[in-house]
Amino acid sequence: MTKKQGASTDNKPLVDFAVGIGGAAGQGIATPGNILARIFARRGLNLHAYNAYQSLIRGGHTFLTIRASDGPVRSMGDSLDVMVPLNQDTMDRHLAVMPPGSSVIYDERKITPGDTPEGVQLCPLPIKELVSGNKLAANTVAVAVVLNMLGIEFDDLADALELIFSRKGEAVVESNREIAQRGYDYAADNFSAFPYKAPRLSKRLAVVTGNEAVGMGALAAGVKFYAAYPMSPSTGVLMYMAKHARELGIMVRQVEDEIGVMNMIIGAAHAGCRAMCATSGGGFALMTEAIGMSGMIETPIVCIDVQRAGPATGVPTKTEQGDLWQLLGAGQGDYPKFIVAPVSQTDLFNTIPELFNLTDRYQCPGLVLSDLLISEGTSTVDPDDLNWQPVIDRGQMIFPNGNTNDNPYGGYNDNEYLRYANTETGISPRAVPGVPGHIHVAASDEHDEDGTLISDEFTNPRKRRMMVEKRARKMDTVLDAIDPPELVGSNDAAATLVGFGSTWGVVLEAIEKLASENNIIVNQLHVKWIVPFHADAISSILAESQKIIIVENNYSGQFARYLRSETGIKGDAYIRKYDGEPFMPHHIVDGVKALLEGETDLYVPTHEMMV
Amino acid sequence: MTTTTTAADIVEKSIISNSIPLSTVEVTRDTYKGKIDPDWCPGCGDFSVLTAMQKVLSELGRQPHEVITISGIGCSSNLPGFINTYGMHTLHGRSLAVATGVKMANHELTVLVTGGDGDGFGIGGNHFLHTMRRNVDLTYIVMDNQIYGLTTGQTSPTSALGMETKSTPEGNLENPINPIPLAMVGGATFVARAYSGQQTHLVDILKQAINHKGFSLVDVFSPCVTYNKDNTYQWFKSRVKKLEDSDHDRTDFHSALDKGYMWGDEIPIGVFWQREDLPTLNDLEPVLDEGGPLAYRTLGISKKQSDRLMAEMM
Repeated sequence: MTKKQGASTDNKPLVDFAVGIGGAAGQGIATPGNILARIFARRGLNLHAYNAYQSLIRGGHTFLTIRASDGPVRSMGDSLDVMVPLNQDTMDRHLAVMPPGSSVIYDERKITPGDTPEGVQLCPLPIKELVSGNKLAANTVAVAVVLNMLGIEFDDLADALELIFSRKGEAVVESNREIAQRGYDYAADNFSAFPYKAPRLSKRLAVVTGNEAVGMGALAAGVKFYAAYPMSPSTGVLMYMAKHARELGIMVRQVEDEIGVMNMIIGAAHAGCRAMCATSGGGFALMTEAIGMSGMIETPIVCIDVQRAGPATGVPTKTEQGDLWQLLGAGQGDYPKFIVAPVSQTDLFNTIPELFNLTDRYQCPGLVLSDLLISEGTSTVDPDDLNWQPVIDRGQMIFPNGNTNDNPYGGYNDNEYLRYANTETGISPRAVPGVPGHIHVAASDEHDEDGTLISDEFTNPRKRRMMVEKRARKMDTVLDAIDPPELVGSNDAAATLVGFGSTWGVVLEAIEKLASENNIIVNQLHVKWIVPFHADAISSILAESQKIIIVENNYSGQFARYLRSETGIKGDAYIRKYDGEPFMPHHIVDGVKALLEGETDLYVPTHEMMV
Repeated sequence: MTTTTTAADIVEKSIISNSIPLSTVEVTRDTYKGKIDPDWCPGCGDFSVLTAMQKVLSELGRQPHEVITISGIGCSSNLPGFINTYGMHTLHGRSLAVATGVKMANHELTVLVTGGDGDGFGIGGNHFLHTMRRNVDLTYIVMDNQIYGLTTGQTSPTSALGMETKSTPEGNLENPINPIPLAMVGGATFVARAYSGQQTHLVDILKQAINHKGFSLVDVFSPCVTYNKDNTYQWFKSRVKKLEDSDHDRTDFHSALDKGYMWGDEIPIGVFWQREDLPTLNDLEPVLDEGGPLAYRTLGISKKQSDRLMAEMM
């Protein structure tokens, strides 16, 4: 976890606002979203953008929430300050939940508001007159109005329009600029601005999705071979890698299925590449036999599971933390592997090189448990937090580098080199194909130290035991290579909120709200490394806890069961959400209050927004 | 379990063993003899295929470390253990996917893929199709015995209609796959059939297949003497006819397709189809244009490159 922020801060942010843009898929929600995100990030504001969408290309209901602040932004927040409904459906769905002081911006000809809650400013726009024929620019008007109300200078918008539309030609940029100016001026003349202005800070921030962060981390780690089968919500990694493959000398392959993906990256990794793939739960299920082979032949690979709501095809565009036990149980038999659940976009980036170093050193698969929330979710990232030049540690590998054709080789029929040598650490130096004198077979069948199969003719219970123990022994020392989780917040707390992976930010924000708005002090123990698991460190932290509340984005309490299996700790109460949408801070706040009152030991929040 | 070998010892040793001059090594058929002897049933057709591969490699003068033999699972897939090249014994049906990864990561390796009809045309059928259309530069040698041998005699995708096996005791109801037309239509650029009972011919075909740039399929009739009592040496002997003895034109697609469909009293063996005008996948990949094998390149990207990537995000 990079940059762990404390649970309490005295520096109250100047602004913290959220804009929601909704409509049917195909109505062009992405472009105004991008424009706003770029403008906020260029002013140095942190932001978090989450798109609630559906599995269709046209129609339905899509709702993008962009929240920005000069303080940390770790979730989509609890409410909206501005809503831009692009169709009647969006207006009807969400007007009732708009809070006092918020504004709703819409085309007065196309959309009529219904019962408007008290204190909500309705901002009807004469879009037809403002766009003067350029229908495509309707959303630009809405963006201009939002920016005016936030006190953001028009020049920022002009720059962003140039950035976004320049590939469509100067005429499009100019037309959008003129229309934007009219919208901006119309807002100044007709609507009340917010009582605050979005500040401009000194440092520009980058805007990245988690999928992009994974791709960027892979580039930093030296991935040379990336393969995938398109599957929401992981496809963004494939697209990022494909976009940059040529210029950076990386091979990207779209394969016939996920079985082929995993087997192909194992082939590339066996030959010596750092090789990676990303998928979602269904694709991961197809990969699992081969992941076992990666463990058996001790060929390291990295695979990212971007979880979506399951089982089966499930809800392809909705989030869940429901694959934990699938990853734990991936592949038959016992074999060492890593499972890590990064907590944010920045953390995704930095985890990839770290995981490759570990998998190279320990020669086993590394699995990343991400989810739609952080992988498709967008966040600002401080460029200084991304380490593009990480240490690259390939462990015990033997390459032919430096050997030319007339260079030496140690002969064929080499009986000296033992690919699977039964060393003290269990780690056996790995020669890649092409190295003279190190010929061996890498077999998915059980094998002897030299690679000879001991699964049929030469079965031998002692050797089998030796090889099982050799592979397992690799992990004896691995905990030292991984930071244990730490307790964040006050030691004197009414409860400890325990979670894993993507819920880190929203749990932290809920803890801050509980303290500042409810005078309830709880602390946080968030787990990133699932395997290996710092069971002792976690046990000793939780032994001091007044009440252990386990927060997770699934029905059955997968993490709670895992915690119990590794530590014997049952947990005292649970907050679980499994409706496809991520936690909002108040869901956890309300849950903690109910659980502390002792009315129940399981709190399941209701998602108020119908998205 | 205690041992005294450390990983550092092995790396040290390998540096020393790398210092014996390569030029002192002469490549013969015995060079390719594996560490262990085959565990196939006496009389199995696969022996002949193994010997033919060893002959071809020595005749071509390939160094063992320049070759990798990759298999799936099944009797014939045990072959990598019996030949002295780099080897991978992968999962059932997955050899071609793994081999594609190996070839792309190190396109300087000679990649041979071995397996059976169940492995390649049954469980591995999808990879078979897509590896062909990609024209991955490898040689796929299928030891086709029309039966599942290692699981003791069940029907296979190439088992004849009506064949009685342990899973079809009343006779096979399903039409078999004919790998020759399938491969031609699937995009393979070299499609041949051989018979393990005619080794000289088999050697000749394998040599052409390995020399071919692109995906080459050699479907070898390799009788299972234990579980297939229908398609025996005796059965094949009178039926197989060499295409080389006819006026077959291997560049005539439609004629080759017709020959590929021939089945009955006369079954052609030889090279049905070859085209040399299509680039291989590694020829097409600009990433492999220069810099040698992907697997041996320096990792990571430069500051200049990462600055450019970050600029896109700002």
